Amino acid sequence: MKWVEKKWVSVTLLWLAALCIWQLGAVIYGPDVIPGPWTTLLGGRELLEDGTLMQYIGISFYRVLVGWVLGSLIAIPVGLIIGKVNVIRIFAEPFLNFIRFIPPIAFITLFLVWFGIGEQSKIALIMYATFFIVVLNTLTGVMSVEDDKIRSAHSMGASEWQILLHVIVPATIPYIFTGVRLAMGTSYMAIIGAEMIASNEGVGYLIWNSRLFFRTDWIFVGLFCLGFMGFFTDRVFNWFGKKVLYRYGVVSVAAKRR
Amino acid sequence: MSLPATSHTIHIEQLRKSYNVGAAVTDVHYIIKDVNLVIRGGEFFVLLGPSGCGKSTLLNMIAGFVSKSGGRLRVGNTEVNKPGSDRAVVFQQADSSLFPWLTVRENVEFGLRMKKMPRSERRSVSDRYIGLVGLNGHEEKFPKELSGGMKQRVQLARVLANDPAILLMDEPFGALDAMTRRTMQKELVQIWRETHKTVIFVTHDIQEALLLGERIGIMSVGPSSNITDIYDNTLAYPRDVAASEFYALYNRIQSHFEE
Repeated sequence: MKWVEKKWVSVTLLWLAALCIWQLGAVIYGPDVIPGPWTTLLGGRELLEDGTLMQYIGISFYRVLVGWVLGSLIAIPVGLIIGKVNVIRIFAEPFLNFIRFIPPIAFITLFLVWFGIGEQSKIALIMYATFFIVVLNTLTGVMSVEDDKIRSAHSMGASEWQILLHVIVPATIPYIFTGVRLAMGTSYMAIIGAEMIASNEGVGYLIWNSRLFFRTDWIFVGLFCLGFMGFFTDRVFNWFGKKVLYRYGVVSVAAKRR
Repeated sequence: MSLPATSHTIHIEQLRKSYNVGAAVTDVHYIIKDVNLVIRGGEFFVLLGPSGCGKSTLLNMIAGFVSKSGGRLRVGNTEVNKPGSDRAVVFQQADSSLFPWLTVRENVEFGLRMKKMPRSERRSVSDRYIGLVGLNGHEEKFPKELSGGMKQRVQLARVLANDPAILLMDEPFGALDAMTRRTMQKELVQIWRETHKTVIFVTHDIQEALLLGERIGIMSVGPSSNITDIYDNTLAYPRDVAASEFYALYNRIQSHFEE
């Protein structure tokens, strides 16, 4: 049974098994409850042909990307400052630990009131979903920089500013990377919720709206799209980490598995 | 004591480090108490004592990492109260003090880069010290690709590149295997003799102290630790562990700790 251990064989078998179970479910419960692989594929083609699917994927992607990048860009320096300055940390930590337990979805209504029905409220929501995870990870990273590194930089004549830039930031990069990567996941969760409640475009809207026509196959298409979008962005981000940030000790999960 | 007042003589007078253990003024716990010591510029001085006796604390105070609670501590005529590039530190753990995101060369050039030295000048300095510690051919490697002994060589080259007057070494060979350790000890003596730095070397190993130091300061067991005796070690370098004088001195110091 050696041939089963080959990666491509085992992976293919696994996928085939998953498809079989899915199909079996469709046969038992009927295509209205569980649309089978083929039905889903047809539903997907339908949505592709009238152009809505790509448009929805595009708009969801755009919202996540803008909110996630902006949120991270704000969160990283904030995390560095909170981690570096004791006075600020003592003040900020309880606040951070209070607010991070409020899920982004809970803010949707408020954000609609504050930022309007348009794109702004959705992007603000993604920024919120990103911000606290990245801040907390960056902060943890700053706190775990070894004293010896800072001391040795000091006695080699580095100024406080140089230590921040040339010691603390590079030493914190693996933590920042993990934070930003985790934030990507919560961003997708937040945007789907937001699109379900307050949007007429996007993958979340597609999933929510399909219920009106009882098109469970479209719901399945939406779910698959979400999975692929997340998978794709995570892979690209991981690849970037491996290539560009290798020297900072960023390890990708995929590389570890091999 | 009348010693020539060179600019890098370290004067330590009634030096104390304490912390409060209770609310009352008398609830003070001394790590080191009333240490008096003069270390001449260019000297190889070893601080010898059992674990937890405060020798690292004393070293960290000279480095400027730990503030003093009382007494005086001067290098030349300047009072020490913060780290300075005249006092370089070689830490026990290379893994926590080297910068893992920089190559060997970049680690060695760190201090020079902070001083904004141009790249070509930096390169010639790093070439020189990487050569001095015997790391030629490893310039482009990252610390994680090196062995423990090689990492300590990087630390040594990294501080020497800044041309400090004083080298503070905190059990730098403590984590190395016996053979690597012996090689490193020999090379350190050689580097010291070539560069004429003042070295203050902390260890709890009597043999290491005798192989390296011109003078060996014995620290008493803490708390309220102090330098109780100073032994002169006039044996010629490189020293022979098997020589009878070496053995005699070893026994004298050994008996000191058995009292």
